[in-house]
Amino acid sequence: MMVRTFKTTTAPHVRHPDDTSKIMRDVLIALIPVTIFSGFIFGWYAWVLAIVGVFGGELTEYIIMRFFRKDKNFIPDGSASVTGLLLALNVSVKLPLWAFLVGLIFALVVGKHIYGGLGANPFNPALVGRVFLLISFPVQMTTWVKPYWTKFWMSPWDMVTTATPLAMLKEGGSSAINSLKISDFFIGNIGGSIGEVSALLLIIGFVYLMAKKRVTWHIPVSYVGTVLIISTIFWLINPEKFGTPIFHILSGGLMLGALFMATDMVTSPVTPKGMLLFGAGCGAITMIIRYFGGYPEGVSFSILIMNAFVPLIDSFTKPRKFGEVKQNG
Amino acid sequence: MKLLTFKGGVHPPEKKELSKDSPLETFRIPEKVYLYLVQSAGSPPKLLVEKGEEVKTAQKIAEASSLISANLHSPVTGVVEDITKMFHPVLGAPSDLLVIKRTSEKDEWELLEPIDFESSDPKILIERVKEAGIVGLGGAAFPTHVKLSPPKEIDTLIINGAECEPYLTVDHRLMLEKTEELIVGIKIIMKILNVKKAVIGVENNKKDAIDALKKFSGEGIEVVALKTKYPQGAEKQLIKAILNREVPSGGLPMDVKVVVQNVGTAVAIKEAVVDGKPLIERGLTVTGEGVKTPKNVVARIGTPIEELIDFAGGYNGEVDRVVLGGPMMGIAVPNTSIPTMKGTSGILVLTKEVTGSIYTRNCIRCGRCVEACPMNLRPNVLYKLVQAKKYDEAVSEGLFDCIECGSCAYICPSKIDHVRHLKLGKKVYRALRRGK
Ligand code: SF4
Ligand code: SF4
Repeated sequence: MMVRTFKTTTAPHVRHPDDTSKIMRDVLIALIPVTIFSGFIFGWYAWVLAIVGVFGGELTEYIIMRFFRKDKNFIPDGSASVTGLLLALNVSVKLPLWAFLVGLIFALVVGKHIYGGLGANPFNPALVGRVFLLISFPVQMTTWVKPYWTKFWMSPWDMVTTATPLAMLKEGGSSAINSLKISDFFIGNIGGSIGEVSALLLIIGFVYLMAKKRVTWHIPVSYVGTVLIISTIFWLINPEKFGTPIFHILSGGLMLGALFMATDMVTSPVTPKGMLLFGAGCGAITMIIRYFGGYPEGVSFSILIMNAFVPLIDSFTKPRKFGEVKQNG
Repeated sequence: MKLLTFKGGVHPPEKKELSKDSPLETFRIPEKVYLYLVQSAGSPPKLLVEKGEEVKTAQKIAEASSLISANLHSPVTGVVEDITKMFHPVLGAPSDLLVIKRTSEKDEWELLEPIDFESSDPKILIERVKEAGIVGLGGAAFPTHVKLSPPKEIDTLIINGAECEPYLTVDHRLMLEKTEELIVGIKIIMKILNVKKAVIGVENNKKDAIDALKKFSGEGIEVVALKTKYPQGAEKQLIKAILNREVPSGGLPMDVKVVVQNVGTAVAIKEAVVDGKPLIERGLTVTGEGVKTPKNVVARIGTPIEELIDFAGGYNGEVDRVVLGGPMMGIAVPNTSIPTMKGTSGILVLTKEVTGSIYTRNCIRCGRCVEACPMNLRPNVLYKLVQAKKYDEAVSEGLFDCIECGSCAYICPSKIDHVRHLKLGKKVYRALRRGK
């Protein structure tokens, strides 16, 4: 009899095959359709931004981990590419590449690594980067180009600028947006950030993530649902001023925000109940900003504000422990 | 039919097919048995034999030393060769060990007097359970006579045939092959507890066992099918699924008028009472991708696991670790000279392919552990509190409600070892409290 020796590790001895990098990979896959489409709408430069976002994000994170945080064993998990791609999808195609890179580095350094890296950051890093860019490059970030169907060889510098539908609404009321067709919103034939163009493709991407069990429906449904309810009420009160509910849902990056930004696991609540509250908060704040605030859209700010409430929501929606005695029960 | 279950849990690959169709085989009497004095929860029994003394099979060699303690009997006919110390995998430290060398290949039995349970007093029955050194065979190895004398009124006996740990199939085989013994065991326990109702809970992946048991249902014994989900066989989850009663936080099954016994324990009780045989052997599954022919074995307690791995065809492939028990809660052993114990329900030989390489990352707050926790805790919060040494906060978060089932660590995409942190947290907190 030959006695063999082994290392002793603690239970459980088997693990679910999923890991963080697989989740990130799937998020990237889910964003591919809308990324490809954006190039056909806004020209090849949109693709450049997306590619720089993915690879620049990884490279930036690698440098941070290896040289600043001195982690020799660092294995990339793909979260930096997700941040980079989301940031690219959240800017105007008029943004110069160097400015985008500055925003990306800001997103990863200030939005993520000063807190201790993935998982420790309270705010969505891509949104931190976006707000930084909005403040630092207000003109480039809010100059929107008119979409050009399928002319991907067009360079953004040759494109005609336009206002976003929400800005038009804020300026001129509902009559200013009468010419826009709902189908244009849905398919993506509108001005705006690179990634907010096609609700349809964003939904397809999200459905893919749901099928892969990477995300749940709770945040998007409660977010969009809240926007639907509030905008319906306001629209019924004053259709001249406030725009239709469907318009609010399909414009201003709401779909991109509700499906891909607000659902960032790290910066949203952990329980379904918490997620519903979080989504509702995002929806309400978005509409308050749109109706009463200085910015025409409001998605980024609402999500960032709600990010700050996540610890509170988490402790408020803590599950009842098994066997915990009900009070007064 | 709607399957009974609880909220939370996970679905690890079952891997029962490796061994579920191989009938129980009796392993030869080993040349030497290695008996830890500590075979159960509670205090170690007091040794009754000396080095060099001859012992018979089933002779009592150590006696319960306190309220929570269990007798120990010699599994072989032989001579006490040595009384020494060896690393104890459950305690994680060296512990007293008896080495008994077999002197006769045939057992010379020293059995107890058989009892006709139907006509005897419950007190005599429970005394017998105690005398026979029976402990919970599901894994926790708590002295059974203690569990069977609850200071509270009991209305239901639950027999745990869930066997929710992947890979393990010994309870499945017992239910199929020793159905009648099991039923007799259940009747004895019902008599001891003075209950009219017993429910056998079996996961629905063992339909043949459910059918076999159903032939004997009636007379207060009922069989129910449970959803196949880990940890369906954890006491609190089992009671919740079957009776929809929730054991209060910090409480015991008896607080909701229930006693839970594992099927293997019930069979052992039958043998102790009807046949007069103390607990000297048990059924266990020797399995995993790392052995050539996974089997279900009946082996004397104290058999070195290496011999049982040999019996299962020997090693297969690149073996990463050997585990006592199942893959979710079992204990990895440092070497295979370690013997089986009363609480060893399986020997699991896992290959590198199955265990994989684990690279732990930061928590990404995905919430899967919260969803999976059968105790409705927040494992992501708990492990961080322990890491930050905030023990008091961890306790109010439910540190001591954790049943260490491992569902959280199993499901975590960041491969965080919640269970290791939580076990450590409990240990440190207890030590700190004692220090005060
Ligand atoms: S499963 Fe892991 S990564 Fe997800 S919340 Fe729990 S600890 Fe964090
Ligand atoms: S926290 Fe404890 S009870 Fe909850 S899943 Fe993890 S090990 Fe199981």
